[in-house]
Amino acid sequence: MRSFALHRPSTLYETSALLGGVADSMPLAGGMTLLPTIKQRLAAPAALIDLSKIPQMSGISFKDDVLTIGAMTRHVDVAESELVRSKIPLLASLAAGIGDPAVRNRGTIGGSVANNDPSADYPAAVLALDAIVVTDRREIAADAFFRGLFETALEPGEIIIALRFPVPSAGGYAKFKSPASRYAVVGVCAVKKAGKVRVAVTGAGPGVFRVGAMEAALEGSFTPAAIAAIRVSPENLSSDIHADAEYRAHLVTVMAKKAIAAALQTL
Amino acid sequence: MSNIIGIGAAPRRKEDFRFLTGRGNYVADVKRADMTFGVFIRSQHGHALIRGIDKTAALAMPGVEAVLTGDDVAADGLGSLPCGWGIHGSDGLPMKEPAFPMLAQGKVRFVGDMVAFVIADTLELARAAAEAVVIDYDVLPAVVGVLEAVRPGAPQLFDDVPNNLCCDWELGDKTAVATAFRKAAHVARLSLVNNRLIGNPMEPRAAIAEYNGGTGHYTLWTTSQFPHVVRFLMSALVLKIPEQKMRVVAPDVGGGFGVKQFHYGEEAVITWAARRVGRPVKWVADRSEGFVSDRHGRDHVTEAELALDENGKFLALKVVTLANMGGYLSTFGPNIPTNLYGPLLGGVYTTPAIYCNVKVVFTNTVPVDAYRGAGRPEATFVVERLVDVAAKEMGIDRVELRRRNIIPKEAYPYQTPVLVEYDSGDPMGCLEGALAAADVAGFAERKTASERDGKFRGLGYSTYVEACGLAPSRFAGRLGARGGLYESATVRVHPTGQVTVLIGTHNHGQGHETTFAQIVSEKLGVAFDNVDIVFGDTDRVQFGMGTYGSRSLVVGGAALSKASDKVVVKGKKIAAHLLEASEQDIQFEAGVFSVAGTDRSKTFQEIAGAAYVPHDYPLEILEPGLEEQAYYDPVNFTYPGGCHIAEVEIDPETGIVTLEKYTAVDDVGTVINPMIVEGQLHGGIVQGVGQALYENAVYDDVSGQLLSGSFMDYTMPRADHLPNMAIKTHSTLCTHTPMGVKGCGEVGTIGSPAAVINSVVDALSHLGVMHVDMPATPNRIWRVIQNAAMPQAAE
Ligand SMILES: Cc1cc2nc3c(=O)[nH]c(=O)nc-3n(C[C@H](O)[C@H](O)[C@H](O)COP(=O)(O)OP(=O)(O)OC[C@H]3O[C@@H](n4cnc5c(N)ncnc54)[C@H](O)[C@@H]3O)c2cc1C
Repeated sequence: MRSFALHRPSTLYETSALLGGVADSMPLAGGMTLLPTIKQRLAAPAALIDLSKIPQMSGISFKDDVLTIGAMTRHVDVAESELVRSKIPLLASLAAGIGDPAVRNRGTIGGSVANNDPSADYPAAVLALDAIVVTDRREIAADAFFRGLFETALEPGEIIIALRFPVPSAGGYAKFKSPASRYAVVGVCAVKKAGKVRVAVTGAGPGVFRVGAMEAALEGSFTPAAIAAIRVSPENLSSDIHADAEYRAHLVTVMAKKAIAAALQTL
Repeated sequence: MSNIIGIGAAPRRKEDFRFLTGRGNYVADVKRADMTFGVFIRSQHGHALIRGIDKTAALAMPGVEAVLTGDDVAADGLGSLPCGWGIHGSDGLPMKEPAFPMLAQGKVRFVGDMVAFVIADTLELARAAAEAVVIDYDVLPAVVGVLEAVRPGAPQLFDDVPNNLCCDWELGDKTAVATAFRKAAHVARLSLVNNRLIGNPMEPRAAIAEYNGGTGHYTLWTTSQFPHVVRFLMSALVLKIPEQKMRVVAPDVGGGFGVKQFHYGEEAVITWAARRVGRPVKWVADRSEGFVSDRHGRDHVTEAELALDENGKFLALKVVTLANMGGYLSTFGPNIPTNLYGPLLGGVYTTPAIYCNVKVVFTNTVPVDAYRGAGRPEATFVVERLVDVAAKEMGIDRVELRRRNIIPKEAYPYQTPVLVEYDSGDPMGCLEGALAAADVAGFAERKTASERDGKFRGLGYSTYVEACGLAPSRFAGRLGARGGLYESATVRVHPTGQVTVLIGTHNHGQGHETTFAQIVSEKLGVAFDNVDIVFGDTDRVQFGMGTYGSRSLVVGGAALSKASDKVVVKGKKIAAHLLEASEQDIQFEAGVFSVAGTDRSKTFQEIAGAAYVPHDYPLEILEPGLEEQAYYDPVNFTYPGGCHIAEVEIDPETGIVTLEKYTAVDDVGTVINPMIVEGQLHGGIVQGVGQALYENAVYDDVSGQLLSGSFMDYTMPRADHLPNMAIKTHSTLCTHTPMGVKGCGEVGTIGSPAAVINSVVDALSHLGVMHVDMPATPNRIWRVIQNAAMPQAAE
């Protein structure tokens, strides 16, 4: 690891100023992705701006049917939050299935969403729940936020403050874990709200995506059977030593059925 | 005497206190004054010529001591890394043995091959300097698989090794096998792959070396399973340092599994560098480095055929294997897929004729060498899979077919057609014991229950034997060993009667400090707590061969037993003098020397005192002191074995295989410490399950890049992958080791892959599936099911 300066601002204003003013600076959240990258010398920021002391970025609250989770909330805190469990249980179980206890004790929702790893879990939930990504500059709808492999709508120096999740009428997340990393080989989040259904898939392709055919079928009948025969095309899906594209395509349907089954449990 | 904890007891492990309280002393913990830090620059290419190395920018950085390359090695006239085995091909010619330079000489042959060593004041600086070294490569096509490597036109690793063929080795009677196949009522055939594995001990490899300019002495601390052998090889062949001027210390070592039983170039480079820079040099591998430089294991492609008569009696076995050696010959490399493989193909069966041909092949991959089990899991996998295929094809129950061919207990000692003679065993007893312990009778019910949930359930057997306790030196010498394989132990009784044992084996997790102390406690009647075991330091311990091949108890423990016996013999002489009796009348039991039929006695402690304060002592006929040494060279291998039964459930929708139950009934001879045996079995089985279901070292076949180069992609078995296991022993005593022990370090890894895959194939047998290659990952199982369901589908 190369040496770098560490800044620990306590206000958003200071944070933005540092990110804008200090050359080669990067925000640091849980460090679960960023620190290994620096250790492997794949990134060499001159300065890290630690986000852990900014009050607006922590905490979980509920108001007007919207659950707001501060960007610095750790996976373990989402997993164990009574508020999350009662309002959007799929988020709690998703968080409980991320990596291992060490990762959950450090990793944050903001870091995960900002990073947009193609195998990360949260992007599926953010997209399916039609969440709003609140940054220090604006509010971004989930559909506009994720832009493919590690790409998001965030501009240089822009940071996520919180995620706003509208509470759905039903929702479930099912993940086929990589037995090695525990990331999603395929993860599917299916959500129903006001008669509309959103199905988002992570892990399978170069970025999280929605499956229109499944959404349409589920709006007719919100049951696993309704989508059992729907296959996504393996064409643009990922292939690696753990799972080839055809298998991933098959798993999308399998995991979608499980996600619906989980969603029905919450009704 | 109180606190004797002897053979058969299960005390807590002595060594665990320091480990669990963070007070172990590993190589990475060693710090020397003024030490420097080294970083190896490793090839990023699978195969390339080195056109030039520009180190000027690196050397210009303040705090950089040196950048050493292959040219410096050559200029200093250093040797290359020796191979400890020289095998011969079927043509009678010796294997091809190209030099394995400690730093690449003009060419790199695998990703991870060492090109240069950078030494600086700090690790950070060494890393930065390593990045500043510019290496100009001419990238060549790489070849990573054995089938591809022997094809005409394949990239050639060495100019003088045509077709990348190191050796075309054979064993057994080819003609007798051919004759038997002609008479066979049925021939079962199987093509299989034994997947490449990476050992991944918890502690990465590390080394630190120091040179004393005043005395000319070197000290090397290294993560090694055999420090004396490292010293010997470096002295005699690689660095040519006088052996008495070199100390090698392997302190606490955090797991080995074979990975640390080779002499590595890093050790040699660091020792040499310490003298070159005149300061201590330290290197600790990071995990990624371990993936591309720790020697890998397995990697076979095999065609096997079993000939049977109409009753299912095995008539002959024929096995043709291509074994991957990687880019160079590692310390034991060519021995593993030949001498530790072919002789095990007899298994526990009466197969009268066996022929085995192994083509040992170089490829652009990390050198392959011994990994827990080493050759024997591969042999067991071939035999046990083939037996299942034969049973299925002939419509004979798998257990029944085994029963018809298992060597009966009364037939021991049993000479196999492939060199080895099993001294003892009772495979049928292990099988029967396992059938009961695994509740095989209740399987049908469990299978029905799984089917109700839409799952497939399977049961798999592996009745196996292995050869361990390496090794009878004379026998090994005939097979090509260039070293001996005995072991040594010194029992040093102190004037207080407390004991220090100096032993040539190395403890890196096996629990030797406990097991060996139990042997001494039993033999000398000394309290368990009054025995300390010392190992791993060539300045403290006499020459020893180290730990691998399940040899420590079998060979080292035997030396310890012999040395203890010598102590008793001398003790009796002293006691006879003190008790004014004849030596023949002295009895020794539980730490007390007594005159038979009298109440006159001396404790072990009193005798030790007399030996060191010889005021009243037979000085005319006996030397003072009480310290004995023994070397032990076994007369045969030992042959532990057993029966493992795996039970899996498969989710056909996802292809996930879940290991539901695991039962092992093993014959490990005398059990010194049942808790430690159980622990060794657990660990061994988990590694075998890892091979069967999860682990796979995968190379990109174009670039030679290791695709499974981190824990994100190389799946280690985890606790949540595993059920509780039923571990039992059903022992017969080894007839030639002093305590009847057979060894248990590798059995788990040897028996388990076949048991697991046999259970997977059984679960899929209703689909007509005859074989599944390892690892049986969800993707692979899903494919197998798809292909079985749609036989017409391509691929
Ligand atoms: C072994 C292991 C297993 C894992 N398994 C899983 C898994 O199963 N599922 C899963 O989803 N994830 C998994 N992860 C990733 C984990 O969830 C991390 O939490 C996540 O990748 C990053 O979160 P972090 O808080 O650690 O962010 P950091 O590593 O600190 O930052 C990640 C990136 O985001 C930027 N960033 C951080 N916070 C913000 C912000 N508020 N605004 C803007 N940019 C920001 C940083 O600058 C950096 O570029 C795993 C990680 C490891 C190491």
